[in-house]
Amino acid sequence: MTSLATTEAEAPTRAEPRSSGRLVMASAVIVLVAWVLVPIYLLVVNALGSVAAVTAWPKSLVPEFDLASLAFFANYAGVPRALLNSFLVAGLTMVLSIGLGAPAGYALARFRFPGANLFRLAVLMTRAFPLPLLALPLTVLFIRVGLDDTIIGLALVHTTLAMPFAVLIMASLFMSIPEELEEAAWTLGCSRLSAFRKVVLPLALPGIAAAGIFAFVISWNEVFAAAVLTIENKTLTAFLLQSLDVSPLPLKFAGGAVLIVPALLFLFAVRKYLFSLWGIANR
Amino acid sequence: MQRLLSSQKVLPYLLILPASLFLAAFFFVPFVQVVLEAFTSDEGFTLAHFRTMADDWKFMPALSNTLGLALVVVPIQITLALVMASLVTRLRRGRDVVLYVFTIPLGISDLAAGLIWFALLEQNGFLNSILYGLGVIPGPQNLLDYRNTAGLFVAVVVAEVWRATAIVLVILVAGLGLIPKEYDEAAEVFGAGPLKRFFLITLPLLRPSLQTALILRTILAFEVFAVVAVLAGNNLPVLMGETYSWQFDLQDHKVASAYAIVILAISLAFTVFFLWALHDRTREAAA
Repeated sequence: MTSLATTEAEAPTRAEPRSSGRLVMASAVIVLVAWVLVPIYLLVVNALGSVAAVTAWPKSLVPEFDLASLAFFANYAGVPRALLNSFLVAGLTMVLSIGLGAPAGYALARFRFPGANLFRLAVLMTRAFPLPLLALPLTVLFIRVGLDDTIIGLALVHTTLAMPFAVLIMASLFMSIPEELEEAAWTLGCSRLSAFRKVVLPLALPGIAAAGIFAFVISWNEVFAAAVLTIENKTLTAFLLQSLDVSPLPLKFAGGAVLIVPALLFLFAVRKYLFSLWGIANR
Repeated sequence: MQRLLSSQKVLPYLLILPASLFLAAFFFVPFVQVVLEAFTSDEGFTLAHFRTMADDWKFMPALSNTLGLALVVVPIQITLALVMASLVTRLRRGRDVVLYVFTIPLGISDLAAGLIWFALLEQNGFLNSILYGLGVIPGPQNLLDYRNTAGLFVAVVVAEVWRATAIVLVILVAGLGLIPKEYDEAAEVFGAGPLKRFFLITLPLLRPSLQTALILRTILAFEVFAVVAVLAGNNLPVLMGETYSWQFDLQDHKVASAYAIVILAISLAFTVFFLWALHDRTREAAA
């Protein structure tokens, strides 16, 4: 707080405080970048260590590039199945979220109709609720309709998490594509559907893909509903959570590393859209 | 049929129909069901499940730990995200790279974040190894001792701040982008220093984004679960963890639903509070 007075007093001679300010800023950035990256690096060191290295004391900060921990993880009973389940649930969530969200988003973007605001509000409202809790009553319902402990049942719950985001992202995406392009296609003889397919869809595709990846990551990372709803068909998160008390260290760390890899790859793929996605999703 | 589909009146409703049906089936119906489960027994309305919940010795610690974690974690996250956002917007080079790195935890699940910090904090972990290497400690220390509730609390706070500051950052950076540069420049012309500009110009204009970030993060903070499960197990009870163990381990859906109602109620209460407390009264006049 005292620096406020000094900066103001020194305002005429700007050059000096500025370069020292730059230094402070650069070191702050470096510290914060390290704060984010070092913990991830250390988990990777563990995942790429031999089983002996993971339990060694004191620990080496350099990875051995030994695949024993990962091999141990891959061959552990239930792991390959859990990995596959995670991919299937996340993939299905992605398809459902886009399939349901894209038409609704298009409607919000292109039409003014009574009830549009009510629908938008209902979508926004879902965000004020801890959605994974809705998995509790659904366990009972799913048993009744035969969806208990299935990939589809869990994907339906994950879609409640991801679809509201998809609707809002899609609405804003379609709004950014000029309506005139579509109208031009209609005057050239296209129906609404073929105009959409030939004109709007190609322009919207990268954004739709980004929204889909977003839905995938939401599902891939979800723990609570997955752990409540699956018993035999566990996802990777449910498997790791439920084996916390019994699993040896190498399994935990390799599992953690495997859990973050797809998420990081996808995040890298959508980095361009990240801010528009989140900006929209959280307006 | 074709004509009906392309009619301007019907088409939008057809387009929102699948999403609406889905939300009705998987959001509104389960929501009503959770309320029914929590408040009814075979004989009708009852508060017995809430009594069972409250009589359990873990309920009060779970409630206070959850609220305490939110109270400590959320302000740290908002402050840290503000610092990160201001740094990033002032960067001349490498802005995109730094921003990307800052947002990496966004893609990491709470379970993985818990495991990451477990690797650092466990007895033979990296923090102990580094401290030992520096000669600070003589040997492995049990940092996650089950008897040391305060230590477990701090570990969860650190992991949560590490993991979930990114979402606040993204919301704030998006909000900063909406503030016209002219305000800041004008204040600079009139001789306001960087701190003064931040507190008198940027922060007030950032209020809508701050409100969003606060509401979202607070609700998510009440859902804290996997990070606690990894770092503290059952030794630091939280509401979501108790819900899970009543549902899954004790197989009592009724009490689990009562817990769910408690989490829903405090989430709703805090949302309403933030909407009221941060309500922008100037905007109404403008609109």
